[in-house]
Amino acid sequence: MTKDMMRGFDLYQPANLENALNLTARLGKDAWLMAGGNDSLDWFKDRVKNPVALIDLLAIDSLKGIRETAEGIEIGATTTLTEIANSDLVKSRYNLLAEAASHVASPQIRNVSTIGGNLCQDARCWYYRAGLDCYRAGGKKCYADTPEGMNREHCLFAADRCVAVSPSDTAPALVALDATCLIHGPEGQRSVKAEDFFIGPAVDIERMTVLEENEILTAIQIPDRWAGANFYFEKVADRNTWDFALVNVACAMRLNNGTIEDVRIACSGVECVPKRLTVVESVVKGSPVDDEIAALAGKSAIRGATPLNYNHFKIPLLENLVKRAIRNS
Amino acid sequence: MNNYKLLGKNFTPPDIVAKVTGKAKYAEDFRVEGMVFARLLSSPMPHARVKRMDTSEALAMPGVIGILTADDLPPVVSPQKPTLTNEPHYVGEPILALAAESETLAQDALEKIKIEWEPLPFTVDPLESLYPGGANARTDGNVVSRGSSGNPPAIEDTKWSARDFAAVEEGQLPMGQAQAEWSYGDVEGNFKEAQYVIDETFVTAGTSHHCLEPRSALAYWQNGKCIVHGSSQSQSFTHPFLAGMIGIKPEDLVFIGEYCGGGFGSKGYAYTEMSIPAHLSKKINRPVMMRVSRAEEFFVGAARPGFQGRVRLGFAENGRMLAADLHIVQDNGPDTGFNDFMSAGDALALVYTPKAMTFKGIPVATNTPPRVPQRGPGQNQLACVIEPLLDKAAKHLGIDRVAIRALNDPDNDTRYGPKQRGLTSAYLNEALEKGAAKFGWQEKKKLSGKKNGSKVMGIGVGQAYHSAGSKGYDGLVVLTPEGKLHIHTGVGNLGTYSHTATSRVAAEVLKCDWNSCVVVRGDSRKHLPWNLAQFGSNTSYTMTRTNYVAAMDAVNKLKEIAAMDFGGTAGDYDIGDEKVFSIADPSKSLSYAAAAQRAIDIGGKYSGQEAPEDLNAMTKTSVAGLAGTGLIGVAKDNLESEGTPPAFAAGFIQIELDIETGAYEILDYVGSVDCGTVLHPMGLDQQIKGGAVMGFGMATKERHVYDPQNGLPAAVGVNDSKLTTYLDLPLEMRTTAVDIADPMNPVGSRGIGEPVMGCAAAALLCAISDALGGHYFNRIPIVPDMIVNATSGRDQSHGPLAINTF
Repeated sequence: MTKDMMRGFDLYQPANLENALNLTARLGKDAWLMAGGNDSLDWFKDRVKNPVALIDLLAIDSLKGIRETAEGIEIGATTTLTEIANSDLVKSRYNLLAEAASHVASPQIRNVSTIGGNLCQDARCWYYRAGLDCYRAGGKKCYADTPEGMNREHCLFAADRCVAVSPSDTAPALVALDATCLIHGPEGQRSVKAEDFFIGPAVDIERMTVLEENEILTAIQIPDRWAGANFYFEKVADRNTWDFALVNVACAMRLNNGTIEDVRIACSGVECVPKRLTVVESVVKGSPVDDEIAALAGKSAIRGATPLNYNHFKIPLLENLVKRAIRNS
Repeated sequence: MNNYKLLGKNFTPPDIVAKVTGKAKYAEDFRVEGMVFARLLSSPMPHARVKRMDTSEALAMPGVIGILTADDLPPVVSPQKPTLTNEPHYVGEPILALAAESETLAQDALEKIKIEWEPLPFTVDPLESLYPGGANARTDGNVVSRGSSGNPPAIEDTKWSARDFAAVEEGQLPMGQAQAEWSYGDVEGNFKEAQYVIDETFVTAGTSHHCLEPRSALAYWQNGKCIVHGSSQSQSFTHPFLAGMIGIKPEDLVFIGEYCGGGFGSKGYAYTEMSIPAHLSKKINRPVMMRVSRAEEFFVGAARPGFQGRVRLGFAENGRMLAADLHIVQDNGPDTGFNDFMSAGDALALVYTPKAMTFKGIPVATNTPPRVPQRGPGQNQLACVIEPLLDKAAKHLGIDRVAIRALNDPDNDTRYGPKQRGLTSAYLNEALEKGAAKFGWQEKKKLSGKKNGSKVMGIGVGQAYHSAGSKGYDGLVVLTPEGKLHIHTGVGNLGTYSHTATSRVAAEVLKCDWNSCVVVRGDSRKHLPWNLAQFGSNTSYTMTRTNYVAAMDAVNKLKEIAAMDFGGTAGDYDIGDEKVFSIADPSKSLSYAAAAQRAIDIGGKYSGQEAPEDLNAMTKTSVAGLAGTGLIGVAKDNLESEGTPPAFAAGFIQIELDIETGAYEILDYVGSVDCGTVLHPMGLDQQIKGGAVMGFGMATKERHVYDPQNGLPAAVGVNDSKLTTYLDLPLEMRTTAVDIADPMNPVGSRGIGEPVMGCAAAALLCAISDALGGHYFNRIPIVPDMIVNATSGRDQSHGPLAINTF
């Protein structure tokens, strides 16, 4: 039980993206990218993951800040969650993201945590974090998915050997806003829809996103399409601060005379990826906002949920949150 | 009302500026020449034996100085907690300590140590261990006998019969052979008479202490003495125990514990980890700093014992509790554990004064962190169990919830428990009354169940108790020739400023300006008296007595000296304005400074060349050390004290609970206490509020989770354990106190530290059940998923008796 004592490592602090990409290319598997460090440092302190070389991205100015673009806004990957939560631009157009960012962890953590880090953070399954040899860690076992496993925080959907969930609060907001992730790698840049940025264990059990070893998430782009829409974000956690969501929900809705014209809704805490609730979207689209359609939305959200021994409360919780999102967006 | 000049008034604690400016030096802030760092290698398994250990590669690393293993230390008798062990009984138990030039290097070296383990059977559920064939947490047994008449605790192998388990309903606590039991009155007869009988199974979680300052320590040896900078709630009381753990005489130990970053009962006196740097330092002949990390503190920092229990309560039509029958299986952790279950039985008898009662309990070993006292050990768990059930009875019988408490509460004439002990005084009813008035109970209770969308209002009241004082310790003050009053206190600094609040009694008795006073404490070289530890809510009662008798001794000596100089007898003199003067002719006077000089000149008892025979050896040594420095006031507390001095607290709470999410918001909280005379209003206010915060966590947040398959903890550290945060609390909480003097204390004071937590926890549990229209969980903590399951009509995930799952 080694705890709270990092090993030594080489520290690189590149001043621009080009240098950072050169470093990832040169160092390969030995490199570890870090921004705010709230995910990384936990791993290092527990000596579960031990980087040979740490590439600190915070000195790269081009990865910081919130910019208006022709299509919407672009947020640099190392922009802090506090900056996003306090940004007038984000609040006025995409308050869903501001709300989600303001619900991450604690004020102190948000002051150093970045949007990129919040999206790229690893699974929070306590067995995996304890350094056990589970599937996600390259082993041949899941400790959580057993009759006696302590799996209160684990998934309801799409388990595939691993039952960990997406822990992010900003991810479902970005899925609901139809955002795009901008990625830089040795081959240049590519764009991936937020919805496709996250991958479940069936695709690759040892990682949570499409990012390849030598790629860097550089920015998030949010299109105009959902600017100023009706939004709803809610997170249920054990405490009002610091905790990961048991379940959260993010909804963007366009209303026309009380009728739901268009909607995107997603949640975290129930699947390994932020789950876009397309069934709910199709159920409510074209309906007026009322208790009946909200209840129907809630019911349709939980269809197919397969609880583990300690997490079946997430079924009514998800149902209630979806109901509230549709009712209150 | 009293006419005290200092007591009952606020003051600036002498240590507070250093604390808030960060200048206070805690154990890990010290550095000495040649110091090396130690790290602990701890067990990865819940129960195992070291078969083979190879440390050669680690010891060969440059910069690695040496290691300390269990083989270097005297063996301990089972089930006592070892300092280091070759047979760990929980994940995280220290196996060895390694010293190196840096901490990182020490940790790197630990990774080079090869250990071959023999895994042994383990359990994280006491009931499973009592089942025939169930695993024992220790190779020699599973139940700790408490020992009697001074016998040390011993380990026994106890199994209940399958018939014991089969005889009860599914989910109900079986009760086989108990380890401790008592009874008074006609229990079954009274149950037959009762109009309403409650029979419930319950579970209380055994939460971790999570002291903000982990149990780091620095030790080195100098000229035959061992110097230890440690973190303890206490000073003098810690000293002999720590010396014993190090294996030296108390006079060969220097113990420095000026500041303590929280103990909550787990640092009441010495603990084994504090002795590790001393042992290692002796072996390698270098000063050793052992900084315990946040995560390590979860393991070695101990936890409150959890309960699996069953209680039957019988009520008369008017709400009077006629009979109680309490059974507790205690999660006792891997070693000696603590008497929480016994205290819970006592608390039921005392707080609710049932006319007849049976208690049965058994402490069962588990392979989880050691269980030691935690704020209100036993009493606060009991409050969380019984208070919601009182509400259930009140609801059934149609009685106001405050009224049913008042009806059963103890008073000055109460005799409680099997020994029918009395109380020094008891004003729980007055605390209830005062709290209810401040809270506006009569109006607020009408809001029960009021709906606002998915939110429902819940109103709750809770009570709790702890004994609150001891007697027989020593007081020591010195009036110096500079005219200063030095109040020597060996009490410790657990964070309440009671070291100074109680010292002010000496200043009050001697009618000294507070600016003339110096509180001397925090370092055994400062000539401190023998005082009890800062545990058990005792300080206000115990230390006001010691400081009172020491100051009275000084007053008498002042008068005697004046009589020697001016004639007449001591009775002809009085004190005031830091002078002793003739009552008949106030112009005949000696300033305290002059009297102190006279005491030095006269010698003998006046300046400490002689000391009373009945003092503790530590105090005698301190008096000898101070001899000739001034007028010494020193005495053992031989004042009268009959009955248990109680601390009582009542909490009132208003919450709004969202039945769709399980989240709640506290809208109002009032804490009301009976602690005798209030010594320090701001300190008391902080105690009541801080206790409430901890109580809210106990009721609804703090988790202690173990995977029964591998004995691994799921909630390590302050985040995963879900300690209550600022943002879970109301911006304001309100407090009040009865402030009626206790006749058995010279200034009327009693302690209060522990029940202020239990009453808040109980009130919050009651409010949640109230919001849910009378749904009782019979379990702490109540977490959001349990509320969501309840409101959506689902079964709970855990069985009624499952423990260490939340």
